[in-house]
Formats: sequence, C-alpha cells, structure tokens
Amino acid sequence: MAKIVAIVKMVPDLVEELEINEAGTGLDRDWLRLIINEFDNHAIEQAILLKERDAGEVTVIAPDAEGVEDMLFTTAAKGADRMIKLAGDLEEGANNHALARAFAEAAKPYQPDLILTGVQANDDLDGPVGPLVAEYLGMPYVGYISGVTIEGNKAIVRKEYPGGLIGEMEVTLPAVLGIQAGEEPPRYVAISKVRQMMKTAEIDEQEISELNPNGGVIAKRMYLPEAAKRAEMIEGDEEEIAAKLVAIFKKAGAL
Amino acid sequence: MNQDIYVIIEHLQGQVADISYITLAAARDLAQETGGKVLGVLLGQNAQELASTLAADSILYADHPALAEFTSDAYQKTVASLIGENEPRAVLFGNTSIGADVASVLSARLSLPLVSSCVKTSGGKLTSQICGGKIMAESELAETTTLITVIPGGYKPESGQSETAPEVILFDAPALDDLRVTLKGYIEPEAGDVDISKESILIAIGRGIQTEDNIELAEELAKFLGGTVCSSRPIVDQGWLPTSRLVGKSGQTVKPKLYLALGISGAPEHVEGMAESEVIVAVNMDPNAPIFDIATYGVEFDFFDLIDPLLEQVEEAKEG
Ligand SMILES: Cc1cc2nc3c(=O)[nH]c(=O)nc-3n(C[C@H](O)[C@H](O)[C@H](O)COP(=O)(O)OP(=O)(O)OC[C@H]3O[C@@H](n4cnc5c(N)ncnc54)[C@H](O)[C@@H]3O)c2cc1C
Ligand SMILES: Nc1ncnc2c1ncn2[C@@H]1O[C@H](COP(=O)(O)O)[C@@H](O)[C@H]1O
Repeated sequence: MAKIVAIVKMVPDLVEELEINEAGTGLDRDWLRLIINEFDNHAIEQAILLKERDAGEVTVIAPDAEGVEDMLFTTAAKGADRMIKLAGDLEEGANNHALARAFAEAAKPYQPDLILTGVQANDDLDGPVGPLVAEYLGMPYVGYISGVTIEGNKAIVRKEYPGGLIGEMEVTLPAVLGIQAGEEPPRYVAISKVRQMMKTAEIDEQEISELNPNGGVIAKRMYLPEAAKRAEMIEGDEEEIAAKLVAIFKKAGAL
Repeated sequence: MNQDIYVIIEHLQGQVADISYITLAAARDLAQETGGKVLGVLLGQNAQELASTLAADSILYADHPALAEFTSDAYQKTVASLIGENEPRAVLFGNTSIGADVASVLSARLSLPLVSSCVKTSGGKLTSQICGGKIMAESELAETTTLITVIPGGYKPESGQSETAPEVILFDAPALDDLRVTLKGYIEPEAGDVDISKESILIAIGRGIQTEDNIELAEELAKFLGGTVCSSRPIVDQGWLPTSRLVGKSGQTVKPKLYLALGISGAPEHVEGMAESEVIVAVNMDPNAPIFDIATYGVEFDFFDLIDPLLEQVEEAKEG
C-alpha cells in the first residue's frame, strides 16, 4: 500500500486584476482572489488515481490561505484520507524555500513513499516547491511528469520534453515528483459532496515551528509589464469589430 | 568566488536545445556586468562536438556513460561538484524539463539562492516574469554564487550561437553510482492528423472557450479561413484536443501567417511557441491579458458576443 502525500498551495487567480503593494516589492494581498495552483490540482488527481489503483493512502498538505479549507474539503470529497493545514506567519517571507522546509517537516511523520506536487506555480520566484522538498528530505526528484506507475520500490514515470516527447524514467522510492498533468483531467466533485465533507471530515491544523526563507530571492521591485509593445486595439461593437477582423484576415491572406 | 558565469547546456537526443543558446546570450549580458567569462557546462557521452556552435569563452565538458542522456540525479551530482570546486558568480539553467530539475535541488543542496523565470539580465538586473506574465519582478545577484533559471522572451537564440567553436576543457564527473533516477527510454510523440508547425493559418483556443462543445465554433471559423484549430495546454489537459494540437513550451513551436488566439491569456509557456507568428490577432475580455503585449491586433471583447457576427461576415467575405 503506497503512502502518498500531495503538497499543494493557493495562488493568485490570474483572471483577476493583480495589484502591487505600496512598497512596490510584492503583490497586494488584500485584493487577491486565490485558487488552487492548477498543477497542484493535477497532482491531487494523480494521487487519487494511484490510491484507487494500488489501495494507497493520500494525505494533502497545504499552507493556510484564504479559501484553503474549501479546497481541502474538496480534496477530501475526491478521496483524500487526511488533510493538513499549515498555520504560521505566512504573510511575509513565506517564499518557496520557507514553505518547502515546512512541507518537508510536515510530511516526514507520514513516511511517504511518494510525494506529489505541481510542477510549478504561477507565483514561484525562488523556484518550485517540489525539488526543494525533495532535497530537504534527501529524496530524488523528477519534474514535468504526466504519468506515474508504482512497481515495488520504484516508480515508473513519464517525463515530458518539448514537442510531446516522453522520457520514461525509473525512480527509486521514496521520491518527490513534480506533476505537470495527471493521467486524467482533475475530476469534478459535486458541491453537495464537499458540503458533506465539511460536516464529517476534519482538517488537522499544524503550526509551522519556524519560517526560514534562506535561499529565496528578495524582489527589489515588482511591477506590471510596461505596455510598450501593446497590440493595436480594435474598437467598436461586435459588427464593426467583425468587419475590421475580416479586413485583417484578407490582408493576411486567409480570405 | 570568481566572476565567471556558467551555463548548463541542455541537449536531448543529440541536439542542443534553443533555450541553451538563449541562456548563453543572457550569460553574456551578465558577464559584461561582473567582468567574468562565460563558460558552458556540457555533460554527455561522446558529446564533445555539441560544443561547436556555443557562443561561450570555453566549454567545461564531462564525459560519462551516466551522463549520455539527461537524468536529474546524475546531472545534480555533477553540477554540484563543479560549483563546489569553482564557485562561479552565477550558474544559469533553462527553466525547462532539464534545468528546473537541477537548479532548485542544488539551491537546497548547496544553500545557494535561486532566482527563477528570468527573462533579462541586463545591467546586472535580474528580471523575472511571474504570474503567467502579468507581473515582473526585479532582483540582483546575491553575495554568493547565484542560481538562475532562464525563460525565453528576452534574448534570441542566434545571439548565443557562434561560428567558431570554443575551446573545450575536460573535467571529471564525480562518482555516479547508486543513481536513484535512470532513463528507460524515450517514447516518441504519436503523429497527429496535421502538423500544426507547417500550417499557415491557425485558430488557437484557450480556456476562455469554456466547454468542449464550443470548439465547434472555432472549427467553423477555421473552415472558412482555410486554417487549423490548435490550443493552449488546459484544452489538451482536459482531453478536448490531442497533444499534436498543443502550442507552446511542451508542444509545438508555430510560425503561421495568421495566429488567431481566442480566450488565451498569453502565459510565457504559451507565448514561447507562437511569438514568431507573422500576424497575431488576440480576442480576450481581460484588458491586462499578457497576450496583448505580443499580439499585432487586440480585441478586448467577449468571444461569445463576437463569434456569431464574425462567422457571418467571414462566410460572406468567403462567398462574395
Ligand atoms: C512546465 C509547463 C509547461 C507548459 N507548457 C505549455 C504549453 O506548451 N502551452 C500552453 O499553452 N501552456 C503551457 N503551460 C501552461 C501555461 O502556464 C498556462 O497555464 C496556459 O497557457 C494557460 O492557458 P489559457 O491561456 O488557455 O488559459 P488561462 O490562462 O486561464 O486564460 C484564459 C483567458 O481567456 C480569457 N477569457 C475567458 N473567457 C473569455 C471570453 N468569453 N471571451 C474572451 N476571452 C475570455 C480570460 O480573460 C483569460 O485571459 C505550461 C505550464 C508549465 C508549468
Ligand atoms: N477540482 C478542485 N480541486 C481542488 N480544489 C478545488 C477544485 N475546484 C475548486 N477547488 C477549490 O475549492 C474552492 C471553491 O471553489 P469554487 O467552487 O470553484 O468556488 C476554492 O478554494 C477552489 O480553489
């Protein structure tokens, strides 16, 4: 029976407008809408798939953030066995190096055979979490993974290269994998099932003993990209825009 | 510590990756600031000739059977020992399937700072692109050897290529036994029904298309325009289109006459596969979508409000 830990975090929803804080060195967290990191969601799906195939046990660990409990209950509804929320002073200085140290600490007691995490997140400035966790636990790491099979004390993984090329790798367990895509798209769970979990499942809240951000970068300045090379914007109502697009298509030789 | 800038050269199935040329160009920019040399680090087996096109002052080359093809464990060990012995000012990697497996692990192993997703290194300023291209972050080299992963966008591959082969200096790989990661083999991609990298008109759809059924609308448009439908990664990850239609970092690089991007945000991983298209038209509701920074023409509009009149007028133009 494989013991699997999925490490996930909430990230800014990029569909929303992002703003910079007053100091000009980070995102303005007050206005951020957070969602689960897309690739972490794939990692969760892969973990659940492995559990269903090999009768494993899945623990999900996430740092505290707005919306994290809903997210964790959602993973419970999908089939996760244990949910852990890491609490601490996560506002400042919680870069991926600090988080990875905390994740490694939190994962250790469960003696995982496999730790799955998203290959990267949209707010990584000091590298992705997965390889850092791997090294802090002395485990091997392979990223860009889109398929995992456990065979005894090894995992056979599909590592993605550009153009759809796959490198099939054999990794000695325990190991950490950076998941690019699960073997299936993340499953949908009915909200009623999530509500059920809110009543029955429990989230284990653990305090992070110390946040150590060493190894992370300190941004001197953050800003929105200058609109230097902006596109020529086409204005009008839908009919006018359609007419202008037709002219552009003609000029480009498409009509 | 010396002032040299190291670049980890990536190669796959006997070919140097474009990102390594781009990274060499970024390294040259940085070396101008530090006053050091640019040194390529090439790991392989009988791979010395891959050094010949690299624009570096010299190439450090380790030859070992375990380095014949990339595996994370062997690369990490070899680069770690090299950094430990030579203490360069900075070590640059591609932020890729190869580089990202090594850079982060070494940041933890060697307790060295890591700056990721760097597009530009001019004037000693490290400029990273995060949040899907919506935020730029500036940082600097640290007091110690700084590890940096580079993404495309700031430098052209040609700037990292050279006609004259650099000098190659051999170095010994450390003991590479008890490796925990090994390559079993490569699985070549299945050939798709079309090769989108050869198509001259592409209608690209992204998550903005919302449902699988709506792909029909793009198909219809493609039919009138004599084009082919392709997509961003989420569409392929949903299983709505085959991998052969994927544009970007993990898919194909395309260069059509016309690239029509519908509901695509323009994340760096997508942009690196289509930025060289001749004419890019982007339809997106979000005025801050990064796709508008690289598009020729932008339409800030709801795709679903635009598609019917557009289909009508395109059909008329086609028949008329
Ligand atoms: C290692 C790695 C490799 C990757 N490789 C690739 C790759 O090869 N190719 C790739 O594409 N991505 C790749 N990605 C993913 C990439 O980071 C982005 O997540 C992805 O490109 C986003 O796709 P999207 O633009 O379709 O979706 P989103 O970023 O969600 O954007 C959807 C856009 O649609 C707009 N929209 C929504 N509704 C409408 C509407 N009704 N009308 C108009 N506009 C609308 C929104 O404003 C938004 O801008 C990779 C990621 C990683 C980590
Ligand atoms: N498939 C999923 N897996 C994990 N978390 C999810 C998933 N879908 C939504 N969530 C999270 O659940 C919460 C509610 O999401 P929503 O119902 O989309 O508003 C948010 O915190 C989401 O990030």
